[in-house]
Amino acid sequence: METLGFLIEGFAVALTPYNLMFALFGAFAGTLIGCLPGLGPANGVAILIPLAFALGLPPETAMILLTSVYAGAMYGGRISSILLNIPGDEPAMMTCLDGYPMAQKGRAADALAISAIASFSGGLIGTIGLIMLAPVLAKFALSFGPAEYFALFLLAFATLGGITGKNPMKTVIAATLGIMISTVGIDISTGTQRYTFGVLELYEGIDFILAIVGLFAISELLFFVESRIGGGRKKMNVGKLTLTFKEILTTIPTQLRGGVLGFISGVLPGAGASLGSFISYTLEKQVLGKKGHFGEGDIRGVVAPEAGNNGASSGALVPMLTLGVPGSGTTAVLLAMLISLNITPGPLMFTQNADIVWGVIAALLIGNVLLLLLNIPLVGFFVRLLSVPPMYLLPIVTMVAFVGIYSISNSTFDLYFMVAFGAVGYFLRKLEVPVVPIILGLLLGPEMEKNLGHALVLSDGDWSVLWASTLAKSFWLVAGLSLVLPYVVGPMLRRRMNAAMKESPVSD
Amino acid sequence: MMIKRSLSFIAAAAFSLHATAWQPSGKVECIAPSDPGGGWDFTCRSAGNVLRDLELIDGSVQTVNMAGAGGGVAYAHTVSKRAEDDKLIVAASTATTTRLAQKQFPGLEADMVTWIGALGADYGVIAVGKDSEYENLNQLLDAAKKNPKSVKFAGGSARGGWDHLKVLIAAKAAGADELPEIPYLSYNNGGEAMTQVVGGQVDAFTGDISEVTGFLSSGDLRVLAVLADERLPGDFADIPTAKEQGIDAVGPNWRGFYMPKGASSESKEFWRNAIDTLYASDQWKKVMKANGLIPFHPPAGEFDAFVKQQVQDIEGLSREIGLLK
Repeated sequence: METLGFLIEGFAVALTPYNLMFALFGAFAGTLIGCLPGLGPANGVAILIPLAFALGLPPETAMILLTSVYAGAMYGGRISSILLNIPGDEPAMMTCLDGYPMAQKGRAADALAISAIASFSGGLIGTIGLIMLAPVLAKFALSFGPAEYFALFLLAFATLGGITGKNPMKTVIAATLGIMISTVGIDISTGTQRYTFGVLELYEGIDFILAIVGLFAISELLFFVESRIGGGRKKMNVGKLTLTFKEILTTIPTQLRGGVLGFISGVLPGAGASLGSFISYTLEKQVLGKKGHFGEGDIRGVVAPEAGNNGASSGALVPMLTLGVPGSGTTAVLLAMLISLNITPGPLMFTQNADIVWGVIAALLIGNVLLLLLNIPLVGFFVRLLSVPPMYLLPIVTMVAFVGIYSISNSTFDLYFMVAFGAVGYFLRKLEVPVVPIILGLLLGPEMEKNLGHALVLSDGDWSVLWASTLAKSFWLVAGLSLVLPYVVGPMLRRRMNAAMKESPVSD
Repeated sequence: MMIKRSLSFIAAAAFSLHATAWQPSGKVECIAPSDPGGGWDFTCRSAGNVLRDLELIDGSVQTVNMAGAGGGVAYAHTVSKRAEDDKLIVAASTATTTRLAQKQFPGLEADMVTWIGALGADYGVIAVGKDSEYENLNQLLDAAKKNPKSVKFAGGSARGGWDHLKVLIAAKAAGADELPEIPYLSYNNGGEAMTQVVGGQVDAFTGDISEVTGFLSSGDLRVLAVLADERLPGDFADIPTAKEQGIDAVGPNWRGFYMPKGASSESKEFWRNAIDTLYASDQWKKVMKANGLIPFHPPAGEFDAFVKQQVQDIEGLSREIGLLK
């Protein structure tokens, strides 16, 4: 088994004390970020990017840190869902449904423990899926030419809105903004400058790390200042753990189903973790039917969505690592980080940067174990952190963001740009324009343009090359479907989701 | 070890006798016009270390990263704000001359700074996939001469960038006349471009020798020619040069330094000699070997002229392909 050998080498990378320390820190910080309501995994990763630069971490350590934050945030999201009935992030929405009733019945500790276990098995299933699928897909991707890549990027844009997207028009606006920003700088296929107005700092284009940290982290800070200025939350009581071993055993089939379903929906571009947890929950309800008492604090109603969203988070890494096409907002942020570390995601990464790919995958496995260990005994600690007043948290995050961004290129110009992006992000989010599509536009727009140009050069200007191969044809077909389906299935799904939710979800 | 050490000591001693007139005191700065980790950053840091080891300068060389506009920000900074600084050197390479030739640093010209010396180079290569029909450079360029559109090149620089120019230099030397017609696909880096050539989507790859080592040893890529005056040392000795094949094309991607034009002539003399001594040292030879750099070092007096000639050549080529009006 070739894969197994790589994985062992990956463990050798991830298990060095230095990397292990950062994995532990990332898992811890991620859980904390995840359980703060409103702060999702994408924001969490964006907040820690400057830290990775400020500390001057080597690429593999930086990626291990960020993937651990990602996994941690997926774990952490459930804590406030269960205790406060406010999802810590969008994927944790479904956990509110049975988690909060369990807490009301005095079983908060049990809900937190079983959801940690479910998160663990979901994450484990997802990572195993990633290990099996990614190398195969990476080999397959070598046969992609410019036309196939163009169709693939088109597909990524078509699925942007996702099935749960609220307002497709706003998604389109956001993606267009991203593409517009990405046209600044030298156009590599003609060698000419676009929209640089003679400003030297703009010649290489706008660094998307600035855009990400600005749009996610800085705007998040502004939101925090606006909504939660002042004291923290009141203390919450977790209660005693009464979970029995037998009870854990009975949820195993639910964990397996949730993890697998979550992984599949994570691999699909655009679908992401929210869909994973939703489908897992719904299926579980269908399978068990009257045998369960969902919505009233059924333990399986906590297990299914948690296994689902953690499975999906690993699944979303598959297209990001193998094709360079992110499957979700958070993986888009991770993709940007990879590119700015001078690593090109895609088939080549599995051969040229094998230590990083497999180090990250091994770190996911290790992170999962760490998170389980962290989350069961330390859950009381995280709950207490929920009541830390933001006056201590905010200055730290702000400082790290500024120091980190400045340490990338020692340019104050970049700091102004980051703050500008933060302010723009704040207003866009006020207008309910999602910021994830901006990042995707910024990342994928130039790639799509480049591949279109290349395909036309190779075919001597014959446009039909874009749908000549079977592979390209099938991408076009799926892209078409994903443009149409949200209008057909979307309202139906959303009605069901809303009917299921009592409180409107906090979007990410 | 003893011998090496004493040799370099002698070299340093000989040098310090020669240049008693001026020596930098206090902080010496080397601007790397890129983020940490790039090629220019490497040039500054490794040259700075060796300069200190050889005791050519008292203190240490502080590397300052100043990224932006492919070196343009640092160039403008040197010309406008540090014009008379005796203790400043700036890392440069063929990428710098290319951008200067193509007027990509607005209002800035190659003669606004003093070019002090080169410390080695990475040579250009032209390669094809292992199943390609082309066995040598002549076959490939003959096909391009017959029908310019028939051979498609992929490289890691923008159109008009150094990787593209290497194709044009070779094609021109082979007597092709429809240079703008030769298709060139630009990718974000050499790796991406090679994937397309290995995958059979594009005919030929243009890049530097340091980029192809992985695919060369795996046998996926066949290097048709290296654009150097003579065969490269070590593992690359089997690769024929373009010159051997009758095509007079050379494409060194050199690494070196420039400094402010208004600096004192004593300091310029000092730095030129320092670069010569550095290049001749065993420490630097080790650095070159460890990093795949290949010997390239025009004599101190000729480097300035070499750079200006390169800028002129690139300008001419860029005009020919319509990148410059």
